[in-house]
Amino acid sequence: MRSLRESCIRHGLLTSASISILTSFGILFILIKESLPFFEDVSPWEFLTGTNWAPLMVPRDYGVIPLVVGTLLVTGVAALIVIPVGSLAAMYLSEYASSRARRILKPTLEVLAGIPTVVYGYFAITVVTPALRAVIPGVEVFNALSAGIVVAVMIIPTVASLSDDAMRSVPNALREAAFGLGATQKEVTVGVVYPGAISGVMAAYVLAIGRALGETMIVTMAAGSTPLLTLNPLDSVQTMTGYIVQVSLGDTPAGTPGYMSIFAVGLLLFVITLSLNLFRIWIQRRYVRYDT
Amino acid sequence: MKNPVIPRTVLEARNLSIHYGDSAAVSGVSLKIPEREVLAIIGPSGCGKSTLLRSFNRMNDFIDSCRFEGELLFEGVNIYGPNIDPVELRQRIGMVFQRPNPFPKSIRANITWAPRMAGYLGDYDELVERTLREAALWDESKDKLDKSALSLSGGQQQRLCIARSLAMSPEVLLMDEPCSALDPIATGKIEELIRGLREQYTVVIVTHNLQQAGRISDRTAFMYQGDLIEIDQTDRLFTQPAKKKTEDYITGRFG
Amino acid sequence: MNRSQHFQDRFTQRHRKDRLFKSLTKVAMSIGFIALAILLTGILIEGLPWLSWDFLDRYPSRTPSKAGFKAAFWGSLWVIGLTTLMTVPIGVAGAVYLEEYSAKGRFAKFIELLISNLAGVPSILYGMLGLIAFVRMFQPTTDPTTFLGIQVPFGRSVLAGTCTLSLLVLPVLTIASREALKAVPDSLRLAAFGLGATRWQCVRHHVLPSAAPGILTGVVLSISRALGETAPLVMMGALTYVAFTPSTVYDPFTAMPIQIFNWASRPQPEFQSVAAAGIIVLLAVLLGMNAVVVLLRNRAERSKAA
Repeated sequence: MRSLRESCIRHGLLTSASISILTSFGILFILIKESLPFFEDVSPWEFLTGTNWAPLMVPRDYGVIPLVVGTLLVTGVAALIVIPVGSLAAMYLSEYASSRARRILKPTLEVLAGIPTVVYGYFAITVVTPALRAVIPGVEVFNALSAGIVVAVMIIPTVASLSDDAMRSVPNALREAAFGLGATQKEVTVGVVYPGAISGVMAAYVLAIGRALGETMIVTMAAGSTPLLTLNPLDSVQTMTGYIVQVSLGDTPAGTPGYMSIFAVGLLLFVITLSLNLFRIWIQRRYVRYDT
Repeated sequence: MKNPVIPRTVLEARNLSIHYGDSAAVSGVSLKIPEREVLAIIGPSGCGKSTLLRSFNRMNDFIDSCRFEGELLFEGVNIYGPNIDPVELRQRIGMVFQRPNPFPKSIRANITWAPRMAGYLGDYDELVERTLREAALWDESKDKLDKSALSLSGGQQQRLCIARSLAMSPEVLLMDEPCSALDPIATGKIEELIRGLREQYTVVIVTHNLQQAGRISDRTAFMYQGDLIEIDQTDRLFTQPAKKKTEDYITGRFG
Repeated sequence: MNRSQHFQDRFTQRHRKDRLFKSLTKVAMSIGFIALAILLTGILIEGLPWLSWDFLDRYPSRTPSKAGFKAAFWGSLWVIGLTTLMTVPIGVAGAVYLEEYSAKGRFAKFIELLISNLAGVPSILYGMLGLIAFVRMFQPTTDPTTFLGIQVPFGRSVLAGTCTLSLLVLPVLTIASREALKAVPDSLRLAAFGLGATRWQCVRHHVLPSAAPGILTGVVLSISRALGETAPLVMMGALTYVAFTPSTVYDPFTAMPIQIFNWASRPQPEFQSVAAAGIIVLLAVLLGMNAVVVLLRNRAERSKAA
């Protein structure tokens, strides 16, 4: 009786754990199934290498590169900001702040991570974009720079908090060794602690970049909806996620290639983030664990 | 033999007390350490010997609750004085820790890292070879200088840490129980190395291995509960201790 | 001090770099706080004048001064309430299985990998899953029929939104709950087994109560995430103009973030202010949820200490 009960419970728990299998393969299955009709019309080669994205006009063109470049442009701006800012903030938390200051600063910084993305989108269009337009000439109403900056603000806590954890796991013995040799705090932080924590820090970067790539609301609201192939962050661009939202908000009838194209773009986005996630998990698995 | 040279005092503590919060770790210690001496500090765990050692190059600065009274002179200058740069001080007074703590970098980089920061002008290859030879590690490591220091055995790692300290050409080398994490063979090698270091450096070593203190030191200081009980020539301290406490400790009656 | 001038110069230079670097880290640290401060003050200045009890009691309108948040507010509460009911048991059960039952086998490793990946899948892809699997259930249209007493497909209903958001936050909750379970000392488990408890008795009576504060934090973290999610709901077509509050799970709905997005995207500047008022309400709800949890946690920890 007791073992029957235990076995039922065990299977119930197992089922719950297995939902993730269903979700993972569900997403993959749906993206593939729904984009198959699209790929009957448009060859995957044309889709992946075409440099013109014009799915809603005649003649139609389904070259995804402008969307990919738009996504990379916003992500690139965000990464250029968040990697130095997040890492330095983590160094402050881990090496300079007193433990009391840290206990207050870190959760407050993490508040930034809990703010809904739609609020960030609002912040981008009402504060950041007007400020940029006042300072830099030639900034369009919708532009990659504003979106990139705000995405960076959103992911600062991810980078700072996880890098802080990684740097604090570097054993004190290494800090003492370096100080004992007559190094300054900066030399210890940059020369010993940061490299000692590099795998954890890299995992934080990759996680943050993955968030930036898949970020939807900020880019939809601030980056615009012109799928131009440009590397100028002052221009309006369209990201992969921005395109998906644009179509799902519009009146494109379901079943047309224009509509189906969102699943092809979604599939590409899934593949990109999947590779990033696997890369991150791989880094984390070979994380140097200090056992002193 | 001509007139005996009176050795110069390198380090001197004058009535030094160190507190962690409300508890005293070291109370009223006075001692002089002459040039090119190996001084061993012995005593039971928690007697304040490590705290005293770490105060010589201001490694206690990182502990917020740590307070000092009295004076600690290095070459006649109070190292807790207002114009002392702890970074410079630590270049001149090196430290080797209880557990080997090489940086997770190559053997070569472990040695060159600090000199590079300090702006060492000489030849780095020569520096690496010289210090590894001084630390008796050259033969074992010359073929794998660019391999990770973590690939070395524990005893080799500790000798690398010593070589790393020597690369800064310190005047004094502080050692905090450098053999406590090592096996007897590795310990033997380090002891031999320390005896050789006496030619050029002043060495202060904390140990709770009494035989070790007997084997390697010129003088030995015995500390108990934060007090310096007795300091004397090593052979005299071990054979004819002046204080009852010292005798009790070295005959194994406590600690 | 008898070292050469060269080293003295180096020291001066190194200390200057050290001070500069420290200031740099402080600046980097403050950037996040400055951004947070600007964001919050901007929203408060913009939105507070538009905020009133009336705002929460009106439906959306073409006229900014008559626009209200009622449908979105109640829509969000419905969806979030149901999402909590759905995810908490499943998420905690999954975490218990992975942490307490699976013997670090291949299957568990595989699931771990999937969950770790799922936590990094962009939320808009969950929206696509929701659209096809729940809203349309692989049908070309959403005309509902009844199947075993359930209305299928779910259409753009509260139920479809709940299912989608539940799948989205499950990995977050599972990971957080596992961390909480991991923090429970093994000695507790050994003690329970030593007294002849079955695994489930051990988990239920000893491990779960001790991990409860950590799990609770995970619950709030994941529900906060669900409350703020916009993209998947936009994707699955939650409506932007809804002039009623849901009364069954099959009713269409809108949610706070969607309504804010809708207002913020309008050209009239007044709607920007209405959006700010909506943001204040959304942030207040988020803050309230987090505050409740801090209180509950403190109480739990105090009662444990007593």
